[in-house]
Amino acid sequence: MLLDRTIAELQTLLSSKEISARELVEEAYVSIEKHNNALSAFITVREKKDALRDADAADNSPSRGPLSGIPFCLKDAYVTKDLRTTAGSAVLDTFIPPYSATVAERLLAGGAILIGKNNMDAWGHGSTSENTDYGAVRNPWNLGRVAGGSSGGSAAAVAARMAAFAIGEDTGGSIRAPASMCNVTGLKVTYGRLSRYGAIAYASSLDTVGPMAKSAEDLALVLAAVAGADPRDATSSRREVHAYHRLLEKPLAGTRIGVPKEFLAEELSGEVRRAVDEAIRTYTSLGATIISVSIPSLSFAVPIYYLIATSETSSNLNRYDGVRFGNGRERFTEETMRRIVVGTYALKAGYHDELYTRATKGRTLLIREFDALWSSCDMLLGPTMPDVPYKLGALTEDPVKMYLADIFTVPVNLTGLPSLALPAGFSDDNLPIGVQLIGKKFDEESLLAAGAAYQRATKWHKKEPAL
Amino acid sequence: MSKYTPVIGLEIHVELNTRSKMFCGCKNDPFGADTPNSHVCPVCLGMPGALPVPNKKAIESTVLLGLALGCSINRHSKFDRKHYRYPDLPKGYQITQYELPFCYGSALHTSEGLVRLRRIHLEEDTAKLLHAKRKGEESRIDFNRSGVPLMELVTEPDIHSAPQAKEFGKRLRAVILYLGISDADLERGNMRLEASVSLRKEGETALPSYKVELKNINSFSFMEKAVLFEIKRQTALLETGTQPTQETRGWHEATGETVLQRSKENADDYRYFPDPDIPPIELSEALLARLQAAIPELPDAKVARWKQEYGIEERYGAMLSDDRGEAEKWEALFSALKKESVPVADFVKDVVNKKTAFTHTAPVADIQKHYHSQRAVAAPSREKVTEAVAAVIQENAKAVADFRGGNEKTLMFLLGAVFKKLHTKLGADCIREELLKALRGR
Repeated sequence: MLLDRTIAELQTLLSSKEISARELVEEAYVSIEKHNNALSAFITVREKKDALRDADAADNSPSRGPLSGIPFCLKDAYVTKDLRTTAGSAVLDTFIPPYSATVAERLLAGGAILIGKNNMDAWGHGSTSENTDYGAVRNPWNLGRVAGGSSGGSAAAVAARMAAFAIGEDTGGSIRAPASMCNVTGLKVTYGRLSRYGAIAYASSLDTVGPMAKSAEDLALVLAAVAGADPRDATSSRREVHAYHRLLEKPLAGTRIGVPKEFLAEELSGEVRRAVDEAIRTYTSLGATIISVSIPSLSFAVPIYYLIATSETSSNLNRYDGVRFGNGRERFTEETMRRIVVGTYALKAGYHDELYTRATKGRTLLIREFDALWSSCDMLLGPTMPDVPYKLGALTEDPVKMYLADIFTVPVNLTGLPSLALPAGFSDDNLPIGVQLIGKKFDEESLLAAGAAYQRATKWHKKEPAL
Repeated sequence: MSKYTPVIGLEIHVELNTRSKMFCGCKNDPFGADTPNSHVCPVCLGMPGALPVPNKKAIESTVLLGLALGCSINRHSKFDRKHYRYPDLPKGYQITQYELPFCYGSALHTSEGLVRLRRIHLEEDTAKLLHAKRKGEESRIDFNRSGVPLMELVTEPDIHSAPQAKEFGKRLRAVILYLGISDADLERGNMRLEASVSLRKEGETALPSYKVELKNINSFSFMEKAVLFEIKRQTALLETGTQPTQETRGWHEATGETVLQRSKENADDYRYFPDPDIPPIELSEALLARLQAAIPELPDAKVARWKQEYGIEERYGAMLSDDRGEAEKWEALFSALKKESVPVADFVKDVVNKKTAFTHTAPVADIQKHYHSQRAVAAPSREKVTEAVAAVIQENAKAVADFRGGNEKTLMFLLGAVFKKLHTKLGADCIREELLKALRGR
């Protein structure tokens, strides 16, 4: 398939007219027709004729960018003008946005071709993409398993070659968890690196917009195209955007990689532990120095996260009243209502200091603990998820167990740091396992270079599910 | 005499006249809009995914008022979310300032004493509800006002009478107009007054255990009337041994009464927390210095200076200094007249008392000519005055005798008679002097 190739390879073929964007788009739709019924990767697939029209326009356009003619999809958390956007919730089942998210605008302006909107946990509320009103997303590697969440549809779509890349959204691991579970590469950016304008908010101080693709190299290309300040997002950063895709050859020799000992705790499954150990060996062989470090407060990260995220979501979802658009609040799922109730309590007078305020103090503590690590290391390495993809329904009856599965991902959101999720092996049952690199603020460059080096040395990311 | 002292605090909302709205680029002009919902965008409509970006100019206007009123400024501040659900509030929360208002402290002088200012903060206005008037009609929402920058000033409960409340409002409005940060039009709702009124026994110092909030007040005189009505209503209740309840009441101009809107037995829980979409605001020393330097001479200071430079009586000066632009035009004229030795104080007195048709647009030469010729022609000579005084004394033997017998009230009568004889009051001081001399100097 053409869509097995890297974006850079596709662009070379497109530029030399060896292939057309129309062919790429046709291929994406073939995959969707074949596999979407089984996977539920999309909530809304664009009319094929519209996508083909855009493809022809890209083919005929005299000016080409690195993403011209490349098919992509968006998590359904991003509003798209005149194209239904649901955030995975029946509350927005009929919502047709009057405007497009900045990330969508930037990609479309660059000539990329939008294929559709991916399924997700409603409002981002979940780690398995089962909390959706559009059918649980299935894992392309095993249809009885979850795809991870909340950007599960985007991960499944990339794994099943329904697009060359996707834009996910990561609030507590929502890009990295499904990337890890679907053998996809995903980047959670530094808070502020990409505009959140038009991203339907789950928890505003934690939400980040990021790419998901088949390799670190592809992510670098997409990131360079969409990152950067946006006057419509006051929290977006003016820090310079690098040509990340041209900085991937940076040698790893001398790079100090910290492995927090709390990341190797007993809740880690044996198979995941083996994959992490192997990734450590790979990085050692590439010339990196491995250092054991500690984040003493790590065990508090989940309660801190679930107080701050639910507080913010109780506020962000207050606007959905079904008066001006969408349906009424009775359409929220049980999990969403649980989060609204928890957050409402955490902000309530009388509980506020003990819950919300205390959580923000805990967050500051975690930020300090991570900051202290940067004097001795350049990045951190650890597992993304504590286990292989869960069986469908395994965690839905036990929300606390589901929340605890976020232990390795939520600290990164609480601290605002960037993190790159990399495919790192398979379980005995052929289920994907991932590791993550965590970097200094705005140092996506080093993470992507280290990810690219790892992917030059390993072939995990090249493996495709047998669908 | 009432045996109760009113305890009154004010909450005053002022829409700022920035070009764009508080958190988006939409035009801030709900009154100039041709149709409802024409100055709107995803941000002020509270659409999913939209984000607020604070308006720098609105922050500067708020801080400018704070500095002009002598407030302390929170150099480090932030915006918070205040949650409640109402159809005019599209996000289900209002972006406002809770713990760290831009300005706090200070006090404003009134003729009945100082009124302390608690705080001035910045928030966003709500949309406007247009309710169905007849059965079968729909209520509608106009979002042109949604997200208009709204400043809120809160006083301490230091006001003790209805006229004082009115005076405070007027003084504050004059300062706002001088700074040019709002049109402060009460009728249009640019400036909205809310008074909280309660009564305590004379001599007590503790705050009463209740307060009644008065709303729907769209002029200073309505505020005065509403507060007066409320004082009477609460006095009557207290005198029958009934404790007034904590409630919100609206002023109804047609009936001249306040009417219960809702009782507030429990404090609302707005679940405030810092708005994560807006980074904390840091006000630099340089910005504060620039704003401080931009504060114009304020009305009180101007009136005092006019008194000193031109001898203009304060009460007259106050009447010509309400509007900053007009005041500047008047002052240009005063300064020109002074150079031409026209008595500015007399001229102003005539202007205010409508004894002259001259305005600040009149040519200086005309005014000069009028006042100089009037003085030359009309002021009677000493000779004429002496003559008239002698005649009046002769014609009013009884009144003269009364005066000389100690009844000084007859002086005014005699003085009037001299004016009448002279057909003028010009040179009144001089005439009075001559008359007194004649009466006493026998």
